[in-house]
Amino acid sequence: MAFIECMGLCHDYNAGMENEYRALDNVSLMVEKGEFVTILGTNGSGKSTLAKHFNALLQPTRGRCLVDGMDTADEARLWDIRSRVGMVFQNPDNQIIAAIVEDDIGFGPENIGMEPHEIRRRVTAALKAVNMEEFRHFAPHLLSGGQKQRVAIAGALAMNTECLVLDEPTAMLDPAGRREVIDTVCRLNREQGITVINITHFMEEAALSDRVIVMNRGSIMKEGSPEEIFQDIDGMRQLGLDVPVATELAYKLSRKGLQLDRAIINQEALVEALCRLK
Amino acid sequence: MSIEVKKISYIYMPKSPYERLALDDVAITIPEGKITAIAGHTGSGKSTLIQHLNGLISPSQGCVLVDGVDISGKGKEAREARRSVGMVFQYPEHQLFEETVEQDIAFGPKNYGLTSEEVQERVRFAMDFVQLDYEEYSQRSPFQLSGGQMRRVAIAGVVALRPKYLVLDEPTAGLDPKGREELMQRILKLHRQEKNTIVLVSHSMDDIARFADNVVIMNRGRVLMEGTPREVFVREDFIRQAGLEVPQITNIVKALKSGGMDIPSDIYTMDEAVEAIVRAMRGKNRAGGAERC
Repeated sequence: MAFIECMGLCHDYNAGMENEYRALDNVSLMVEKGEFVTILGTNGSGKSTLAKHFNALLQPTRGRCLVDGMDTADEARLWDIRSRVGMVFQNPDNQIIAAIVEDDIGFGPENIGMEPHEIRRRVTAALKAVNMEEFRHFAPHLLSGGQKQRVAIAGALAMNTECLVLDEPTAMLDPAGRREVIDTVCRLNREQGITVINITHFMEEAALSDRVIVMNRGSIMKEGSPEEIFQDIDGMRQLGLDVPVATELAYKLSRKGLQLDRAIINQEALVEALCRLK
Repeated sequence: MSIEVKKISYIYMPKSPYERLALDDVAITIPEGKITAIAGHTGSGKSTLIQHLNGLISPSQGCVLVDGVDISGKGKEAREARRSVGMVFQYPEHQLFEETVEQDIAFGPKNYGLTSEEVQERVRFAMDFVQLDYEEYSQRSPFQLSGGQMRRVAIAGVVALRPKYLVLDEPTAGLDPKGREELMQRILKLHRQEKNTIVLVSHSMDDIARFADNVVIMNRGRVLMEGTPREVFVREDFIRQAGLEVPQITNIVKALKSGGMDIPSDIYTMDEAVEAIVRAMRGKNRAGGAERC
């Protein structure tokens, strides 16, 4: 069984009211353990609404969402689900609650009544995992955006999370911060087998993942490897999305007569393909 | 005429344990009729700097001249000078407050004492600029719009003031690719049509390469570099020191160059890259195939 399974998921906001609005319409998807999945879609396509179902912040209006076999509608399993799936949001300032980094990371474990020495052990491990050990006693507001997001990730790791759901974690960061966060997420996925679901508007981030899901108006439009998804440049643009810079460059070069594989999604592939050309 | 920032320093919470020098002896000129980009890492002082441009905060030292007028003054002249600088903050949709889109956009022009006909005309102009249909949206509550639409209403509220200097703090942050491109194109169109001056705070070096005439790179409260995008991007070491990155297309071209392609490294836009690569590949063919690459 997949780690996350959604079956015929619908979500209506303001159900039964005049301004009722269907944000998700019959979404079915599976995410396997250890996968790195990207969700793309324009503003208002339902990405964030979908993500909030993965740790039971929202309940389906229709259909079901299972996490590690547990139904998110089952209130008795709520804490189990939330400790397995950690969320990181866009604005780093809205998710930090303590005055010292280590207290912030230890907040979750403390809340479920963990032994103090175990909390300390988890905080240490989580800080190490996000490369923030030296900031243990810092005040979070003195950290950069990228560092704050890594603290938020560490907070989820301290709960032994198996899956990180990141809702545009890099949208508010500068280039260096963006790189820190994405490198951290990739490493956690690769080295610790953490399942990652990343919602983003940055196509270069999507190119790093195993699988891309494209949402449009509350439904899944397509799904596939980054190579498959980014091959259809016109289709992506029609959906209000884009392709990585390397893909666009390869496309423009092939229209100028260079024989290039259209499935180029990163710099390395493009350099290799151009060097092979005779 | 121009905005002249004359050696300003700004100290946050002076004489307290939290005292911090946010701006340190910053001197820049924002030339009229151009697009000037300001880039820098989080906390580099970009936002503090732009808040000085219309007197929202006053420098601890130094002064800001708008068209030659010191904006710190109390008189009518200083007020007019401050008003000629319109400011769109980061995530401006958080500042919507009126009951309808029309009222929200009209708030500024009304406050400036325009007649109701003029206000109406300004609202239509601004809504047209951000591509929100007047008939469809003017009477709706701004809070029931999508995030992208709310952003546009908020920007319209400043555009309606028809500022001579329009300052935008990361206007495309959080928008999807289409929304980003559309907004940048609208800003460019407005700039050409109104011949106004644009100050754009941005992290996107790709956008800066495409749209800006000048760039100011901030680092730790100081101006690290200033010049045309071309002059600035050539110093990749400085760019990285400032927590920024050169445009992605530049990195690709550099990788090609180190892979042996005969190509200039000072390429900053997609079109330049396409042309240079095609030329390099033709050259390679003439030279009788790939010897190194």
